[in-house]
Amino acid sequence: MAKMMYRDAIRNTIFQEMQRDERVVVLGEDVVGGMGTAGGPEAIGGIWSTSTGLYDAFGPDRVIDTPISESAIMGAAGGLALAGKRPVAEIMFADFIGVCMDQLWNQIAKFRYMFGGKSICPAVIRMPCGAGYNAAAQHSQMISQFVTNMPGIKVVMPATPEDACGLLRQAIRDDDPVVFLEHKFLYGTSGEVPDDPDFCIPFGHARLARAGQDATIVASGMMVSYAETAADDLAQDGIGCDVIDLRTTSPLDEEAILDSVEVTGRAVVVDEAPPRCSLATDISSLIAQKAFASLKAPIEMVTPPHTPVPFARELESAYLPSPAKIAAAVRKTLEYR
Amino acid sequence: MQLNREALTRAYRQMKLIREFEERLHEEIQTGEIAGFTHLYCGQEAVAVGVCEHLTERDKIVSTHRGHGHCLAKGCDVDGMMKEIWGSQEGLCNGKGGSMHIADIDKGMLGANGIVGAGAPIAVGAALSNKIDGPDEKGNLAVSIAFSGDGACNQGTTFEAMNLAVVTKAPAIFVFENNHYSEHTGVDYAVGTRQDIASRAEAFGMKVWRADGTDFFAVHDTFREVLEYVRTPGNGPAAVEFDTERFFGHFEGDPQRYRGDGELDRLRAERDCLKIFRKSVTGAALLEDADLDRIDADALQAIEDAVQASRAAARPAPENVLDNVYISY
Repeated sequence: MAKMMYRDAIRNTIFQEMQRDERVVVLGEDVVGGMGTAGGPEAIGGIWSTSTGLYDAFGPDRVIDTPISESAIMGAAGGLALAGKRPVAEIMFADFIGVCMDQLWNQIAKFRYMFGGKSICPAVIRMPCGAGYNAAAQHSQMISQFVTNMPGIKVVMPATPEDACGLLRQAIRDDDPVVFLEHKFLYGTSGEVPDDPDFCIPFGHARLARAGQDATIVASGMMVSYAETAADDLAQDGIGCDVIDLRTTSPLDEEAILDSVEVTGRAVVVDEAPPRCSLATDISSLIAQKAFASLKAPIEMVTPPHTPVPFARELESAYLPSPAKIAAAVRKTLEYR
Repeated sequence: MQLNREALTRAYRQMKLIREFEERLHEEIQTGEIAGFTHLYCGQEAVAVGVCEHLTERDKIVSTHRGHGHCLAKGCDVDGMMKEIWGSQEGLCNGKGGSMHIADIDKGMLGANGIVGAGAPIAVGAALSNKIDGPDEKGNLAVSIAFSGDGACNQGTTFEAMNLAVVTKAPAIFVFENNHYSEHTGVDYAVGTRQDIASRAEAFGMKVWRADGTDFFAVHDTFREVLEYVRTPGNGPAAVEFDTERFFGHFEGDPQRYRGDGELDRLRAERDCLKIFRKSVTGAALLEDADLDRIDADALQAIEDAVQASRAAARPAPENVLDNVYISY
């Protein structure tokens, strides 16, 4: 094991996979940074430092710095994958999915189905996402609800450096297209990451981040750490919570959620996306449908309101879920009579 | 065409106001008081002002992530903008938008934009509206300006907007500000037509102009011709490319390791539109140094006042997060 930051776990995993498999290529805006400038290639090395050094190691054919052209990035990832490569594309901010939705939704997601199973499209689309930087309505969004809704796309939301490594390696080796949602706020967090260059985490297996008997908190991405904090606070008062880190929202580990709720009888679903037609509603409906008899209280959802992401600090704080809001929701389920 | 003393004074004041607005933000951002991402317009002032000085409130502009200059040049309130960037409830957008989303519809400023290339289609829509409204009593159409950078010229949205404007003869003007950097990447690398964005617009069937964007008079004179052309019903859109410079990074906090040795010093010394303007007007004895110094002092004071007002301005309340998603629901 080695202690490293989430962003380094991502960079190292891409690096190792590029070494292992020459079909792996990287593309995106400023993933090299400094092309065509006095400072030269790698002057920046990607604004998230998740691609630093790749260009120097693997060259311009395999590390493709693109103009600001999200549709072309997304579509080219699809074309590279159909033609036998294993692209790892970066959409600099997940919000920019709006620019290139067709190439993901109508093209990449549907190739295999439309082509009668005769194609594979092993594209990984990395999308830094989420709020917390006061970056306002077009640089802060959680887009899990859109991509989880797309048949044909697998969706990964790693919450720790270890998961970022194991899930990204799985994504690169997976033959299906994968949207890999990296929360911007997690980049600077640290954790132990296995040294094994073949360390993969299979999709569709949730992680039990905390264990308890009284309530189940379901979360993903950045929300996992908030749920853990809430669970730790509640534990001080003798309230035990299972915290289920979904890891992947498509496929979804239904069993992990249902098994937990069958024990606790109380469910709080945390989601960073707005509350309508979201992961929160999807998982709540799953629980209502399949664990109804176990429920001792109505399911609670902790989500932002049905608004865009606001700019001002006070407003963004009001918008986002927090450990306190999650803990309050758990208490509400416990107080229900 | 020779500008009179009043017009020269006004143009310089506008450029200086933008400069001081941005220089002050550069300082304030480092203290941590201002949240979010901020992209400064410093160095490009002659473009925004050289263009917007020709416009009326009927004319619309659509801006970019680097929008403060366009907003000020189009007449947005200095205090309202500063308060917005401070995240105040009293800001132009009630603290909802911040630096990247400043807008003032009444002034014909249809929004800065966080998405590169998103502005051009919106400007074409506004231009189509202008076309429907028809010419004024003098026979001139209102126009809509899409400010775009060399980065945005690589987006499909920009291409589609240009073609739509041509085929519909929309009175739109595509103003390309080539500051040589798409975020952290050089225009030589990212734009296939190298230093020439105007030729792309030309290929879409538009009349195009090119000028030095650091020379206010070149911008102002060129844009007069562009505007005369597009205001004439039946002509349709046009494009103009201004060669300009960005004095700060892509965003505040950008380490700018892509710059050459001494590049910023050289740009500040040789390509500063304010210095070029001063030299030009004092050399021709149109304005005295003392006149310009007085404007400098006024601009500095206006910015100081705006900062103080922003610090004292009301903060939004948490429940304001719910305001203005819809008109009614």
